[in-house]
Amino acid sequence: MIRPHDSAIVRTLGHIVIPIAQLFGIYVLVFGQHGPGGGFVGGVIIAASMILGILIFGIDSPDSVLARKILHGDGLGLLIFAGVGGLCLIGGGQFLNYSYLQIPSLDEASQHYVGILLTQIGVAVDVAVTGVSIAVSLSFEEDEIPNDEVTNV
Amino acid sequence: MIIELPLLILLVVTAGGAIMVKDLISAVFILGSYSFVLALVWALLGAVDVAFVEAVVGAGLATVFFLLTLFGTTEKDTHIRRPPVPWSVILGLPVLGLLLLYGAGDLPAFGDIASAASIYISPEYLENSVEQTRTPNVVTAVLMDYRSFDTFIETIVIFTAGIACALILRKGGS
Repeated sequence: MIRPHDSAIVRTLGHIVIPIAQLFGIYVLVFGQHGPGGGFVGGVIIAASMILGILIFGIDSPDSVLARKILHGDGLGLLIFAGVGGLCLIGGGQFLNYSYLQIPSLDEASQHYVGILLTQIGVAVDVAVTGVSIAVSLSFEEDEIPNDEVTNV
Repeated sequence: MIIELPLLILLVVTAGGAIMVKDLISAVFILGSYSFVLALVWALLGAVDVAFVEAVVGAGLATVFFLLTLFGTTEKDTHIRRPPVPWSVILGLPVLGLLLLYGAGDLPAFGDIASAASIYISPEYLENSVEQTRTPNVVTAVLMDYRSFDTFIETIVIFTAGIACALILRKGGS
């Protein structure tokens, strides 16, 4: 339903703006423990930049290959989040109690730091995948979505 | 202080405009500007994390989703008919507003350190989060460490939303 944009201004600006937006999203994600931001906002910014790419270049173009790939990653972020909790369980503690993350040569506070960072990455992946997935669900029919698993493998 | 009043007036104007305007696409854009003004108000109150989320989600992602939904509909679906407002609404809403204003008089003042929200457990978070988690941003420490079960369930909710949209909206398939 959404056709690629044919204006040269929009396409050139897209090539400039989208990488900056994605870089800013990653910055917000990993800097969320020292400043405003965090996993949710970082994931939403990354998702918005990918949706912008889909709207400008179309879902079929080589520029949207990352957005097509991560459509198959539904639930991966949740797996990362729950996996950190499972590691805490394996380490002998409660679910999501980062004191029991078994990381050698780190004190307890640093283990909490690593746990927060990993769960934030999980939230960001989940939100980014879900955002792109909802946008694709809203704007494309099923037969218009190219299936990379069939064509590439 | 001098910038608060124009922002709050703009908030009311954009919120009313999003409801009153006839064209749905205009309503979506006015709703986006409402979210932007609301983000400025949050930032003014010192809630920078909430302002960030409001700006990114409200003015960015939600606007895109609304527009994509509108492009998938026809003129007949988006035509707004406004029935006349019933008398019960005209009489009831001011009473409700007066009740809310009466109740708001009992709320603690902004930044009151003796209020119930500030004396129970938040001093513990504010004092201990840096040495317990090495995380200077207390909001992130509370969300991801002290209250990580909440965040886990929220992540499940977001995941469920994506799955539900795909199940309902993507027709056909195998």
